[in-house]
Amino acid sequence: MDSEKQARIGRLKWHCRRALLELDIVFQRFWMQQGDDIDAGSEAALTRLLAFEDHDLWDLVNGRATIDDEELEKCIGMLRTAGFGAESGVFG
Amino acid sequence: MSYTVRKFDAVIVGAGGAGLRAAIQLSEAGYKTAVLTKVFPTRSHTVAAQGGVAASLGNSEEDHWHWHMYDTVKGSDWLGDQDAIEFMCRKANEVVVELEHYGMPFDRLDNGKIYQRPFGGHMSNFGEKPVRRSCAAADRTGHAMLHAMYQRNVKVNTQFFVEWMALDLIRDPEGDVQGVTAMDMETGEIVAFHSKATIFATGGAGRIYYSSTNAFINTGDGVGMAARAGIPLEDMEFWQFHPTGVAGAGVLITEGVRGEGGILRNSNGERFMERYAPNAKDLASRDVVSRAMVTEINEGRGCGPNKDFVLLDITHLPPETIMKRLPGIHEIALQFAGVDALKEPIPVVPTCHYQMGGIPTNYRGEVVIGVDSTPVKGFYAAGECACASVHGANRLGTNSLLDLLVFGKSAGETAVEDLKKSGAHKPLDTASIDATLARVNRLNTQTGGSNVHETRLAMQRTMQKHAGVFRFNELLKEGVTKILEVADDVARTEIKDKSQVFNTARIEAFELDNLIEVAKATMISAEARKESRGAHVRDDAIDNDVTPNGRDDQNWLKHTLWHRDGNRLEYKPVKMKPLTVDTIELKKRAY
Repeated sequence: MDSEKQARIGRLKWHCRRALLELDIVFQRFWMQQGDDIDAGSEAALTRLLAFEDHDLWDLVNGRATIDDEELEKCIGMLRTAGFGAESGVFG
Repeated sequence: MSYTVRKFDAVIVGAGGAGLRAAIQLSEAGYKTAVLTKVFPTRSHTVAAQGGVAASLGNSEEDHWHWHMYDTVKGSDWLGDQDAIEFMCRKANEVVVELEHYGMPFDRLDNGKIYQRPFGGHMSNFGEKPVRRSCAAADRTGHAMLHAMYQRNVKVNTQFFVEWMALDLIRDPEGDVQGVTAMDMETGEIVAFHSKATIFATGGAGRIYYSSTNAFINTGDGVGMAARAGIPLEDMEFWQFHPTGVAGAGVLITEGVRGEGGILRNSNGERFMERYAPNAKDLASRDVVSRAMVTEINEGRGCGPNKDFVLLDITHLPPETIMKRLPGIHEIALQFAGVDALKEPIPVVPTCHYQMGGIPTNYRGEVVIGVDSTPVKGFYAAGECACASVHGANRLGTNSLLDLLVFGKSAGETAVEDLKKSGAHKPLDTASIDATLARVNRLNTQTGGSNVHETRLAMQRTMQKHAGVFRFNELLKEGVTKILEVADDVARTEIKDKSQVFNTARIEAFELDNLIEVAKATMISAEARKESRGAHVRDDAIDNDVTPNGRDDQNWLKHTLWHRDGNRLEYKPVKMKPLTVDTIELKKRAY
């Protein structure tokens, strides 16, 4: 990965630090599963998603709200299906 | 390694509720004010607060600040300072109305007044019956509060430094505080923020525990920085726990689940609460349930490969009841425990929620040191990182948002008063800055060191096992030894990634430097306090008429002060004398 992309991913990862623990965990699992080298489409969708307010974002992830946007829907789907389980641990 | 210097009248670290409230006070007074924050202000953990803010407005029924004060003193198990508690309860109406004027969208009554709802521990007429005292904005009170105060700060020209991490307090040889060193996450640049007033509003450090409801940003940065600068930490043994957090994740499972018939089971499938609370069973109070859970785990009847959680079983309930009455629980269990709660029980453990102790302050928001509470010139703190002490040994719900409003404002007001009397900036003490640079350089050049993630996990597991919700003498003694061993590893953490731009590995290493100070203070203070009081519950504390619920007022009605230097402890008296009313006399805490 070139240093420019590494910096962009570092910034995205930091923007995944949220006010709500629920989202912290969802994003942590997303990165563990996807790794740093995500494609440009996912990077763009994630960037847009991270601009949402925490409660709204959590409503989208837990299915209490929906959004009419194919790219964001796909990204939310990836967040929802990222690995889970009590023994996977929380690192923050 | 180089650094630059930027001068401000005031620097505030943290942009949650307390930091934003303090900043309004300073910027409105015309002082050049910088707010440093790791994340965008409206993503601070204050967002997670849902319950509301307590104020005796009396909009729905008769209420009085003196009743609120009584509830808070009693809730604190008499460890709260009664002058600070009176101050907070008397100021509550004022700060809530101010917030309304800033644009806070409180829920309303039909007559247009702020709607108020009841909340645990808040009573009328000195403990007689529940009272409606909590002011809320639906279930997004903290979120709405941050937005209202952020907008106000934009209006009054507060200067925000977003995605900056404060590293160390700058304290000169006379003990006066001159600002902080900080790192711009975007560039890795180190800057000394030289100020006449420095306010810490960095929130709690719940991430010291393995199971915590706190977001990942709650790493006790201000508390760690204060400890490294020689400021003692007050009452760090007191942490509030919730009985049912999802094991391994910390996400809360509401008490409503047990209210609807959920049952706690151990590894034998036994409904163990029948042994601990034959009448209330699973619906016993939070502390009773938490203690029973820990006892089951400690006696080897925990579940899972490490036998470190119990199970919350709702599989016997009709699926339609679960989906109708407990919406969200099915999703939370699926997302965070990987179980379908309709078919399998949910793994749960008592989970750390709130830090009652912190940087010692008085009700004016000044940081104070020593048994005589001498103010530190130029240094103020407010919110969860501070210990005023209004929560004492146990916080009442909705008093946390009140704390950050009242003491955020108070710290700001006191700083304004002091700035009016101040002259030019004192010459910058470069020794403090050199210490920061040495710390940064140590991390950048460390080889053969310890892994940040593994070391943090070791700290969290040690805290959970040895200083959890229910405490045992031998476990605490072992815990002191173990946490000091972990601290040795923290001093030699190593990061592989040395890049400058948004290097999250470096940030996490600095956060761990702060967390470990909180962890040491907690373990050592908890081991030393040989009684049960509020949230600090020991199995060897004797419950009799002299020491009700194990509370030993004769020997332990005093605040702990932990000093980083040599892990020394000293104690200072609880302020039993309020500002204007009579002392609320000691009695057994019972509801």
